[in-house]
Amino acid sequence: MHPTASQTDIVEPVTIDASSGRVENGIHLEVGDPEIFERDDPTRELVFDLERVQILYSGVAAVTDVNLDIASREVTAFIGPSGCGKTTVLRSLNRMHDTTPGAVVEGKILYHGEDLYGPKVDAAEVRRRIGMVFQKPNPFPKSIYDNVAYGPKINGRKRGDLDDLVEQALTRAALWDEVKDKLKRSALALSGGQQQRLCIARAIAVEPDVILMDEPCSALDPIATARIEDLMIELKREFTIVIVTHNMQQASRVADRTAFFTAELNESGKRMGLLVEYDTTNKIFTQPSDPRTEGYITGRFG
Amino acid sequence: MTAPTSLLTPRRGTTGRHVRNRVATVGIWLALFIVLVPLVAVIGSVIVKGASSLSGNFLTQDINKITNGQKLADAFAKVAGKQSTQDGIKPAIVGTLLITGFATLMAVPLGILGGVYLNEYGGKNHFARVLRFLTEVMTGVPSIVMGLFIFSIVVVKTGFSLGWNVSGFAGSLALGCLMLPVVIRATEEMLKLVPNELREASYALGARKSKTIVSVVLPAAAAGIVSGALLAVARAAGETAPLVFVIGITRTTNTNIFSGGNVALSTEIFRNALSYGSYAAARNRAWGEALVLIVIALTFTLLARLVTAMFTRRRAA
Amino acid sequence: MATIAPERPRSRKLSEGPKPPGRERDRVFRWFTFLAALLVLLILALIFVSTVNQSWDWFSTRGLRAVFSSRWNQKVYPRGTANAGQPIPGSGFGAWALIFGTLYTSFVAILLAVPLSVGIALFTTDVGPRWLRNPVGYVVDLLAVVPSVVFGLWGVFVLATPIRNVYQSVADFFAGVPVLDKIFTGNPLLGTSVMTAGLILAIMITPIITSLTREVLATVPIAQKEGALALGATRWEMIRGAIFPHSRSGIVASVMIGLGRAMGETIAVALVIGAAVRVSPALFSPNNTLAAIIAQNFGEAQGIQRSALIGLGVVLFVITLLVNVMARAVLNRGERRLAAGK
Repeated sequence: MHPTASQTDIVEPVTIDASSGRVENGIHLEVGDPEIFERDDPTRELVFDLERVQILYSGVAAVTDVNLDIASREVTAFIGPSGCGKTTVLRSLNRMHDTTPGAVVEGKILYHGEDLYGPKVDAAEVRRRIGMVFQKPNPFPKSIYDNVAYGPKINGRKRGDLDDLVEQALTRAALWDEVKDKLKRSALALSGGQQQRLCIARAIAVEPDVILMDEPCSALDPIATARIEDLMIELKREFTIVIVTHNMQQASRVADRTAFFTAELNESGKRMGLLVEYDTTNKIFTQPSDPRTEGYITGRFG
Repeated sequence: MTAPTSLLTPRRGTTGRHVRNRVATVGIWLALFIVLVPLVAVIGSVIVKGASSLSGNFLTQDINKITNGQKLADAFAKVAGKQSTQDGIKPAIVGTLLITGFATLMAVPLGILGGVYLNEYGGKNHFARVLRFLTEVMTGVPSIVMGLFIFSIVVVKTGFSLGWNVSGFAGSLALGCLMLPVVIRATEEMLKLVPNELREASYALGARKSKTIVSVVLPAAAAGIVSGALLAVARAAGETAPLVFVIGITRTTNTNIFSGGNVALSTEIFRNALSYGSYAAARNRAWGEALVLIVIALTFTLLARLVTAMFTRRRAA
Repeated sequence: MATIAPERPRSRKLSEGPKPPGRERDRVFRWFTFLAALLVLLILALIFVSTVNQSWDWFSTRGLRAVFSSRWNQKVYPRGTANAGQPIPGSGFGAWALIFGTLYTSFVAILLAVPLSVGIALFTTDVGPRWLRNPVGYVVDLLAVVPSVVFGLWGVFVLATPIRNVYQSVADFFAGVPVLDKIFTGNPLLGTSVMTAGLILAIMITPIITSLTREVLATVPIAQKEGALALGATRWEMIRGAIFPHSRSGIVASVMIGLGRAMGETIAVALVIGAAVRVSPALFSPNNTLAAIIAQNFGEAQGIQRSALIGLGVVLFVITLLVNVMARAVLNRGERRLAAGK
């Protein structure tokens, strides 16, 4: 299942066509095109491969037995009720748990075939390659420019080419036109949606391979949400995107594949998250194989 | 049938409850006025008596020696109705600023680092808890004990002591020891207020912990830390007990903090009040020094408030 | 949208190639912060060890008498003997009277400061008009800005003389009343006395007790206050029934921290307490405290006297340390309880 050089060619921006009139008043109506996934399924270039992953906080498992793979230049969505461990799994993908005392990741997470938690792997390098956008927009209390330039600077980019880099990143995050005249102003003066796109620009600026998004729109209004969803489709050309969302419509609009998590009581009566089903978004939303998935997407529980 | 009474208006004075409430409220207001009396009295005395000393070259001259001849000259001056003698306190002003300044240079960076350890690295582990507790306890160590400590380990010639002589620097060390726990606590409190999302944002860009702390966390808490440090400086500038036996004495300005005796406004006031209280010249000098000292302490306190105010206004914007 | 897709070294392995800079700096920085925090422990230990070391002569030559003898002045050889007028080795320098003086003045100060501090704290949290609460907080904090030595200066040059008349009339009033006439008296009756020291100390510790108490009061859940008011309680009943029970231990701890400050306060006391080492309940006559006697006498002290004065510092250090440890333990327990949501 691991990628080889020859397989890379297959994954081309064919998979998306963002200009096909998907947005109507900020509401997306379609479900992803099923054919695409049927076709490239066996030869997808894998970015992540999770095998029997279990994550514990202070010795208590929060989520257990997660097996899934995430392919390059796709949008993968994690959905499920709150407390099901979807954010916990997301944060294990860029080793964010290293910064939480008491959090332990067990099992295997392969990134391009390499153990993400291997002894020689540097967590800072992992996070540079695997960026993250958070639930609440969290720009630094610095200028717009400095927010975007922060990542490149710490990764050793010279001051000289920062200006271009900042412009590029802001352009790719569809924010440049709105902020190009006020780059020196505080980022905190931007609106919530603009702040979130700034955070995306900040993540893009370090040239990551993957962008993880943890409910990036939950604090935003519908219009700002629509802009970010469009942006995700656009960014899929260059980045692998994993998104956690509460919003099933959002998953159906943007994701190629969807993983449904839920929380159940284990033998000792503790709530524990687990992965129920993982498939193409189309399949999950039209013919889920597990009754729990069906229950959730039809709104019977969760 | 009696006249209708409003349901909502209690029949005042009929129950002890409302009387007691009244008495308590009056008592609380009274507490406020009782505290205002000494504040106004002390600051008023210092301004009135200190201002009359601030004539001529008071701020720019060396300190006169109090001798019997001085006493005699005072008496003549009094008869002639003139200002007793030309006197000055420049060495004490310079000493206070230098000694406090050096203490700040040592205590503030170390205190910030210590606060960073407690909040960013130690967190809830046992060792950090112990250190946090000791830091709190250390804020309660009497300042005179700090003076004796520096005397015992830096100045004195016996036992295990560095055996240096009295100097301004010894005073800086004592003040620094007093400031250290205050700055650590202030830093830690301010770092606690920095939202964790900012740290995570920085980590998510590949920043290491030290980089995150230096470039994101500390700048976000800077105003609070600066304000806390300024308050610590204001307190330290007024301290007497830690300095009085470790800095020695001088009547001329000594800008070399590392050698030779030095003098501070606070120790000068103490010396003048304790030993020379019956000499008008010494008394006048003490009031003048008190005024200058309060102005210095107040300046730093107001600066601290200003920094906080600017910060909260920026936050709100 | 522009399609700027720069080359990314996607196939490069994580464990190979250049890493983001600063790995070493990370470790060094952590060590620096750790050492800075450790400095607190180091200083506290050094305070104890170095002062004990310098006062060992005093402890070793006097043993328990160092602490429990109330005789401070040394005995001298009587006239007509060989060393007439010379101090007898091993005599004097007992700390007991000074410990008494310290506790007594601090007690007076606490008695005066606690009602004021709690009153003002209540004013700033519940009683005062809203627009006045913050300004009052600032003004009380202003008291903490006035240096100790300035309070002392004011006490000895401004307060001491006129207040003597007040003391005199109080003493006259209580004359002949059993017990109280031993307390409200002075021999000699002077403006520089236990009472004056207590007054000045009370002013000085009011800001710290007030601000700590404010913090404690601020933790009382609004629901509890509103609950009391909703039952028809007057404000005072709300304070007694909802606020005090919730914050009693916190207020006690704040008062103890104020007590620690009062016991350690040196310069102001040294100037206004006079200088008489004795165990006497007379409020209006001079006395002395551990801290004050050090400040008054250390300048000229040599030999055993210096050793004894540093020893008094050790005694003071230990006492204030105990008081602070207890107070902080109580405060922290309250905080933890609050954090646990109980």
